[in-house]
Amino acid sequence: MPQEREKQMEETVKLLGTKGSPLSHRAEVALRLKEVKFEFLNEDLAHKSDMLLRYNPIHKKVPVLVHGEKPIAESLIVIEYVDEAFEGYNILPRDPYERAMARFWARFIDEKVIPAFWMSCWTDGETQKGFIAQSKETLTTLQRQLEGKRFFGGDSIGLVDLAGCMIAFWFAVLQEVAGINLLNEEDYPVLCRWAEDYCRVGAVSESLLDRNLLVAHFASKKERIFATKAPVYD
Amino acid sequence: MQHRSHINFPQTLIHSQVKMAEGDLKLLGTWPSPFVLRIKMVLQQKGLSYEYLEQDLKNKGELLLKHNPIYKKIPILIHGDRSICESLVILQYIDENWSDIGPPLLPADPYERAMARFWAAYIDEKFVGSFWGILKAATEEAKAEKIADSFGVLQQLEGVFKKCSAGTGKGFFGGDTIGFIDVTLGSQLSWIKAVEKISGVKLLDKTKIPLLMEWEKRFLAIDFVKNTLPNVEKVVEYGRLLQATTWKVTPAK
Repeated sequence: MPQEREKQMEETVKLLGTKGSPLSHRAEVALRLKEVKFEFLNEDLAHKSDMLLRYNPIHKKVPVLVHGEKPIAESLIVIEYVDEAFEGYNILPRDPYERAMARFWARFIDEKVIPAFWMSCWTDGETQKGFIAQSKETLTTLQRQLEGKRFFGGDSIGLVDLAGCMIAFWFAVLQEVAGINLLNEEDYPVLCRWAEDYCRVGAVSESLLDRNLLVAHFASKKERIFATKAPVYD
Repeated sequence: MQHRSHINFPQTLIHSQVKMAEGDLKLLGTWPSPFVLRIKMVLQQKGLSYEYLEQDLKNKGELLLKHNPIYKKIPILIHGDRSICESLVILQYIDENWSDIGPPLLPADPYERAMARFWAAYIDEKFVGSFWGILKAATEEAKAEKIADSFGVLQQLEGVFKKCSAGTGKGFFGGDTIGFIDVTLGSQLSWIKAVEKISGVKLLDKTKIPLLMEWEKRFLAIDFVKNTLPNVEKVVEYGRLLQATTWKVTPAK
């Protein structure tokens, strides 16, 4: 093994994250899939550490991966970094076109699926109806991508599955707290089956917060989220 | 309105000519879009032949709707029977699919790749939010805020360039040849200058961002950049049109 690589493998890996944050979860699963030894440093987002502010001065958010002294921020960028810096499991496909498709759908989840669902939870009246319609459309579009596949990544989880973690675990929690029933087996059988399979993957289940804790967390923040529409993980 | 754009590439790239026979390259775009301009730059840098198809976004054509049904936006790269959307996804596709020809767009080192991706995303987020924000501002206060933001962005990028080139004396964010950050930022240059003219604020100030201004000179000296960036006066005209029609902003004096 070339010296540079050896050095890289020996460098410590820290993940600044927050248990309960889906973005943080994405980075954690990526590291577990690659069997990278890492130290998880839980951030209290109400009182951000000096380390977080130093390593992510631009966005001041989790997750931040620190490899040796090198900080990497933004969850999808962290996943690609982990895929490229460490050997073993392929998180992204190897074919350039398949990679482009994976990146496209990961962004679709972030830009369309998550915002529409989130707003469906925390609005009411006509506004809510509009977001629910949008949300249904995006979930239908996404579900189509699972046709004939166990996971978005094929036989094993990949970038899009990780990007979709919020759908697989958090959506059920959010809709329970918000009192809506958007993502259900009747309307989205394939997506719901995928969600169960995703959560059962070892690297994933090790990274998930206990469901009851998450429900309690969002229930306690419900009013605040309804007012601000901003995600609250502190 | 369509025009063909054939770049003759040298005999040493016969291999790529053979690969290209597998499928035509088409780029759907609009002339002022920085997201389209960067694709044109990279295709030219790689020496790839492509057909450019100018789109009318007020009257979206069949091809656009067929190849980007989800966002209905440009740019769209059509490669044979493949459609790729989202400019930064397209750039990485070009870089990875034709990794054996032309200089690489992203560096080889994973950390540097992550940095290139991070800063490219930052540039796009800030360009839309801050620079265009100046043109969209309805009040003097809002305009002043966006101007301050924009100065902040340029200062940040000055720092990034300093770090990228520290000790190496390399001319571009990508090193000796233009890379991911260079095309992402560089494709915005006509717009930044148009914003300056419309708003009357000097953003590209060499007393404030000396390294970036030197970078800009080097960037603009490249032939395919010169050929690609639209004339600033045309962009000014278009910017004023957007203010009057789409954004419904009466420019604050």
